[in-house]
Amino acid sequence: MALSNVVETPASGFNFENVCRNVALEGLLQGGQTKAPKPMKTGTTIAGVLCKNGVVLGADTRATSGEVVADKMCAKIHYISPNIYCCGAGTAADTEKTTDLLSSNLTIFSMNSGRNPRVVMAVNILQDMLFRYRGQIGASLILGGVDCTGNHLYKVGPYGSIDNVPYLAMGSGDLAALGILEDRFKANMEMEEAKELVRDAIHSGIMSDLGSGNNIDICVITKQGVDYIRPYQESEYKDKRQRRYKYRPGTTSILTEKIVPLELEVVQETVQRMDTA
Amino acid sequence: MERNLIDSQIKGVSTGTTILAVTFNGGVIIGSDSRASIGGYYVSSKTINKLIQVHDRIFCCIAGSLADAQAVTKAAKFQISFHSIQMESPPLVKAAASVLKELCYNNKEELQAGFITAGWDRKKGPQVYTVALGGMLLSQPFTIGGSGSTYIYGYADAKYKPDMSKEECLQFATNALALAMGRDNVSGGVAHLVVITEEGVEHIVIPGDKLPKFHDE
Repeated sequence: MALSNVVETPASGFNFENVCRNVALEGLLQGGQTKAPKPMKTGTTIAGVLCKNGVVLGADTRATSGEVVADKMCAKIHYISPNIYCCGAGTAADTEKTTDLLSSNLTIFSMNSGRNPRVVMAVNILQDMLFRYRGQIGASLILGGVDCTGNHLYKVGPYGSIDNVPYLAMGSGDLAALGILEDRFKANMEMEEAKELVRDAIHSGIMSDLGSGNNIDICVITKQGVDYIRPYQESEYKDKRQRRYKYRPGTTSILTEKIVPLELEVVQETVQRMDTA
Repeated sequence: MERNLIDSQIKGVSTGTTILAVTFNGGVIIGSDSRASIGGYYVSSKTINKLIQVHDRIFCCIAGSLADAQAVTKAAKFQISFHSIQMESPPLVKAAASVLKELCYNNKEELQAGFITAGWDRKKGPQVYTVALGGMLLSQPFTIGGSGSTYIYGYADAKYKPDMSKEECLQFATNALALAMGRDNVSGGVAHLVVITEEGVEHIVIPGDKLPKFHDE
């Protein structure tokens, strides 16, 4: 049986090695006084819309860590394959890693089978992976792509549920974005109209949700190719720095210089011949 | 999307639902609503498909956690298909229901999903099976399930007749779904009905505004 899925089936059950390691580390760090840093979440607005000739995906670019904006230009639209892109909401690391894994898996599959991956395949792999982890991976994803069977837009929840829809929004700003989408979505829209709709939906999320903000990214996928517009629209609340914060070399004067040569002893030397035949 | 799941037994998306299956003379009708909710206050999908075809003449409808149900039906679809290839004949409805039951019973700690399996096979004709949360398997002439079913037990018990015609059965199922969707907040959307007979499978969709209306609506 040709192996179309190259992700190794993991040992059954959960792998909590990292959780144990984190607990041990926290204990070591100054006798348990220091807490591990909070995970970076993308309090987010992401949206996707099916239009006549393809799929339009949109996202804001703010990543938060607690109450602080950790990244003002975070890329939330991830590359999966030349014809499939994925927006991710939830824990930044989880969405990043999950989509990376999916992308690698699909690339190897394409090379092995000689076929372009289909959106349903990507969705099934994601569903299997997220379900296996029972919601511990906090990734809510919007998958959009164009393949030989047509244009597709799927929603994948963190527990592994999937839904095939013509338009959707996810993230903390989803209700605001959904309001715009519910009002103005029509089946078989023109590309430009769809781009404006997604932009307005993300804009609404940015205005009404504290966890979303900064710029808007748009990704347009059609049979001809992908147009990843980053940023599609810049935030009008950009701050201008008052002065330059780069320092010339020589700003800090060197008072003394002391060079200590490290004496290293060669303990063992092995030569392994590389066979290049 | 970090929201508190107040009072929700099911984490993530759940199909707080109304599902039913009814045998009639020559076939079986399986039906459901189309709403998926989170925590009992947010409708995460108005058009979710709860009638999953696991084989040519066998359908199952899902209730409970959407993720769990979709995962189980995926595994069940594969196992039933494989079984059918090995036996070189279409699977019995009981076999399909048993596959679901095994999956539910053996993983009862982790799963929160219930199913109604209905279909037609050559040996026993139209049949309906319930697979409950813990893995109980029961065969009945008709059955209702999901959170919305509590509101229509009276209606179903009073109005069901064995050996109905297809039209009578369709009316019965449509009325039952409409009544349940009218009273249960986590059931709604459109009504999906599938009629399974020896000849084939017919899918009927009734949008919310075309459902039968009862007094005070």
